[in-house]
Amino acid sequence: MISVIIHKFSSPKSFVQITKTLYPLFIFTGLFMLIIGWTWGLLFAPPDAVQGNSYRIIFLHVPAVIFAELIYFFMALCALMHIVWRVRLAAYLIKSAAPIGAMITFIGLFSGSIWGIPTWGTWWQWDARITSTLILFIMYLGILTLHGSFSNLEKSDRLMSILVVIGVVNIPIIKKSVDWWSTLHQPASISVSGGSSIDPSMLYPLIISVIGLGFTLISLGILTSRSYILGREKNKKWVLDHV
Amino acid sequence: MLQARKNRLWKFFIILILSAGGISLILFSLNSKLDLFYTPSEMLEADIKPGYRIKLGGMVKTGSITRNGTTIKFIATDFVKEVPVIFDGVPPDLFKEDSGVVVLGYFLDGMFEAEEIFAKHDENYMPPALSIEEAKI
Repeated sequence: MISVIIHKFSSPKSFVQITKTLYPLFIFTGLFMLIIGWTWGLLFAPPDAVQGNSYRIIFLHVPAVIFAELIYFFMALCALMHIVWRVRLAAYLIKSAAPIGAMITFIGLFSGSIWGIPTWGTWWQWDARITSTLILFIMYLGILTLHGSFSNLEKSDRLMSILVVIGVVNIPIIKKSVDWWSTLHQPASISVSGGSSIDPSMLYPLIISVIGLGFTLISLGILTSRSYILGREKNKKWVLDHV
Repeated sequence: MLQARKNRLWKFFIILILSAGGISLILFSLNSKLDLFYTPSEMLEADIKPGYRIKLGGMVKTGSITRNGTTIKFIATDFVKEVPVIFDGVPPDLFKEDSGVVVLGYFLDGMFEAEEIFAKHDENYMPPALSIEEAKI
């Protein structure tokens, strides 16, 4: 039963067709919400009582690191699909999502460093949160490097999926690092159960920025995965019909 | 489910469990070495060689900051034990009383000589007007 459903929705052909109609919707929603979220956050939200205006980089930093982790989690789900059900599309999606994950993790680390200079007095400390996020960045690069190091692409896909599963253990470690060890990074401001220690006047633009960046990254993922899928399947008949 | 798929599902979980197990072993053996700093209680209990460079973290005790030129003296506390700290230089903007601090330096003769000082901020964000109201309550 589950296998039938998976195979029905996992053909590269239907993915390319469905995302073609979804892309304009996602990129418009994403950029529109990013503009609203960032304009609100940078110009209209009040300054912070302790940090003044320097806290405003939160509107870039927090959305970036949220998706640094979520993209990896998505890749791990794809790895499950690829290892167990041998879904080709899942491997293509991992390969296309990894560069975006690496980019957004780098943005998260970089914006965190910029934020650290005025507030903490340092741009880098080897604390558990920062180090585990750096490991996440290296994992993304490692996944891409591993995939690029074999001439047999099916073999590349399988080994890449295994490496993705090995690295997923890092995600809960990043999340809990501020609770398990003493760090310079402060504990979480927003909890999954719904609590928040951010004032609503700052929280609303932050949530809009997060959703906006999410849609923007999905659209970016649609672009990279579509071109990758067409490249990988270039000898198949449906691609020739499509192009 | 096909037998081949069941086997591959097992393979998936074995990879996941081995990876989680291995990394947990590493983390448990490193344990407190992964902490960025000692708290005042931990530092006073731990057997640290004099002149050994460490990081100490705690709260800046209320009303303990005294300034003399560029030299700053304050008391770092974890509300159990207290350590006096001396620092010569410019602290970060967020260094203030009742706020978290991490200092890098040496503990010698009951005085922590800080080379570098970092401010630790909490997870609360609020506009200035609200924080004044909250302080009144």
